[in-house]
Amino acid sequence: MKANPYLPSLAIIEGVKEEVEGNRAIKTFRLAFQDDKKKNFSFIPGQCVMISLFGSGECMFAISSSPTQKDYIEVSVMKHGKVTSALHKLEKGDTLGVRGPYGNNFDVEGWKKRNLIFIGGGIGQAPLRSVINYILDNREDYGNIDIIYGARTSADLCYKDEFVELEKRNDVKAHLSIDVDEEHWEKYVGFVPDNLLEVNPAPENAIAITCGPPIMIHYVIQNLLKLGFKEEQIYTTLEMRMKCGIGICGRCNIGNLYVCKDGPVFSYDQLKELQGDI
Amino acid sequence: MENAIISKEKLPELFTQIIAKNKLFAPVKENGFSLFKEVEKASEIDTSYVNTRVPPKSIIFKQTETLFHFTPGKKGNVEKIPEENEKIVIYAIRTCDAKAFALLDPVFIGDFEDPYYSARRRNSVLIGLSCNNPGPACFCTSFDDSPASIEYVDILFTDLGYKYYIEGNSEIGKKFLEDHKTLFDAASGEDQKSRDKVEREAIGKIKRTMKLTGIVEKLDGMFDHPIWYESARKCIGCGTCTYLCPTCHCFDMQDESTLNKGARIRVWDSCMYPEYTHHASGHNPRPARMNRVRNRVYHKFNYFPKNTEVFGCTGCSRCIEYCSANIDIIEIINKIGEVKE
Ligand code: SF4
Ligand code: SF4
Ligand code: FES
Repeated sequence: MKANPYLPSLAIIEGVKEEVEGNRAIKTFRLAFQDDKKKNFSFIPGQCVMISLFGSGECMFAISSSPTQKDYIEVSVMKHGKVTSALHKLEKGDTLGVRGPYGNNFDVEGWKKRNLIFIGGGIGQAPLRSVINYILDNREDYGNIDIIYGARTSADLCYKDEFVELEKRNDVKAHLSIDVDEEHWEKYVGFVPDNLLEVNPAPENAIAITCGPPIMIHYVIQNLLKLGFKEEQIYTTLEMRMKCGIGICGRCNIGNLYVCKDGPVFSYDQLKELQGDI
Repeated sequence: MENAIISKEKLPELFTQIIAKNKLFAPVKENGFSLFKEVEKASEIDTSYVNTRVPPKSIIFKQTETLFHFTPGKKGNVEKIPEENEKIVIYAIRTCDAKAFALLDPVFIGDFEDPYYSARRRNSVLIGLSCNNPGPACFCTSFDDSPASIEYVDILFTDLGYKYYIEGNSEIGKKFLEDHKTLFDAASGEDQKSRDKVEREAIGKIKRTMKLTGIVEKLDGMFDHPIWYESARKCIGCGTCTYLCPTCHCFDMQDESTLNKGARIRVWDSCMYPEYTHHASGHNPRPARMNRVRNRVYHKFNYFPKNTEVFGCTGCSRCIEYCSANIDIIEIINKIGEVKE
């Protein structure tokens, strides 16, 4: 008999990092499985986990750490509901339930030797961080890397100190932006899709991966097509409300596909064919 | 033993034998309507019904169910609940409701296995009762089934007046007949003829037809058709059609807890409610009744066939009989068939 898919494994919070403050606060939780058997929890960037806070409920999150990091997994959580607000009150040493990994993944094998352009907005950077860190740990397998990332204000940017480190490297280019100008901001001011046109990446031998708010994704895809990217060179992730995470409770369908099981990663040519309420 | 006869006087004895070794679920009457319940004595059973309001899916996929217990809070812990392994016999299930299990099996026992559903399903024997008097909106024949189909049950009983004609289908069914054979007589050729006559008459009573030819492909091109606004105009979003549907399987999961004890519970949910798909961000992919009625119809007549090659409807007619707004799924599908492309 297969394992009970609804039973979470226990994980201890090893650290909490405050990424963004305010009423749309974001925190990154580092989780280590309590049970030794789970130490070899394996996943591929793009996959998700169901996180339980017992008594408050469950939520699905993209894993934001890289699978090359074996000792823990990380999830970045924006506070905007009952479960996420309760999660934000937790501290190092507290216990959570984790089940997964769920869903499909970014094709990191198939993307070897290609130039990669990551285009993220806000909390949408979480799944991209997983791929980016994976690729940086296997740097020689991939071509050029551009990371285009923006948020409303500089305070809303996630992973700020990691970007400081990225900017020091010469084997990746980071292009940060904020929506409206601020004092002391010397990088791009404007929306992420416009910054994409500014960076103007070449489509040859490239793959573009974009995650963020739906409206941003919409314009990013339009601009990528303008730059000459083909539909099958563009990837994104979809979000839906989820409960079971395993294609049974019925809630996350788009047409005949379940985002929890058949997604969350879709290429734009697949996405265009999808007929359903998104 | 494959085909047999049991006289009605011996039926109570059969139930007593079943109850001694199994949990027996059968239709009973409560407050004027029929429902499947666990029965303790044969006299509780009442098969004078067309179909139960709540389908017997509720025996295998419970309306509320505890998935596990936990210690709530930030030092949480998980405690499994013991697996259910009692033997279950479901008596007098209609073929449409038995078929619904065949449709639900690949959903609950697929890439992942739902252990609660699968344990009860594995442990259950389905005894069908041919439907001699189908309801006014029944349409199982539109799916090439019959009110006396044996395909989805282990054993089928057909009421021949003062006795039942009994057919064993699966290995489990045949063994069951073997185990209780002292109560049965061999069926004669005449009995077989009466049974077939009863079936023909029952089929003759089914008045409605859903036209299904080409409907999967037709729906592919109808997603943005105004028909969905028209079909949903009367819907009040009560969710009855989905709760009472034997093939609907949506559920919600909720934590219930006191200070130091808690349980994760699952409860039936309905895609007819706006909250069902409402994101924490405020976005709702199915904000209007039109989106939800359309999803219900597509799920049964386009998505289900795409994923498992069968329609997600058995023609039981509950959603038509009990819809608070007289929305009729046969009319919707037949209208779609008539739309000129
Ligand atoms: S859709 Fe309606 S007729 Fe079909 S199985 Fe469900 S309740 Fe019965
Ligand atoms: S039973 Fe009728 S009114 Fe109620 S949700 Fe279903 S279609 Fe709408
Ligand atoms: S979350 Fe239950 S089907 Fe996807």
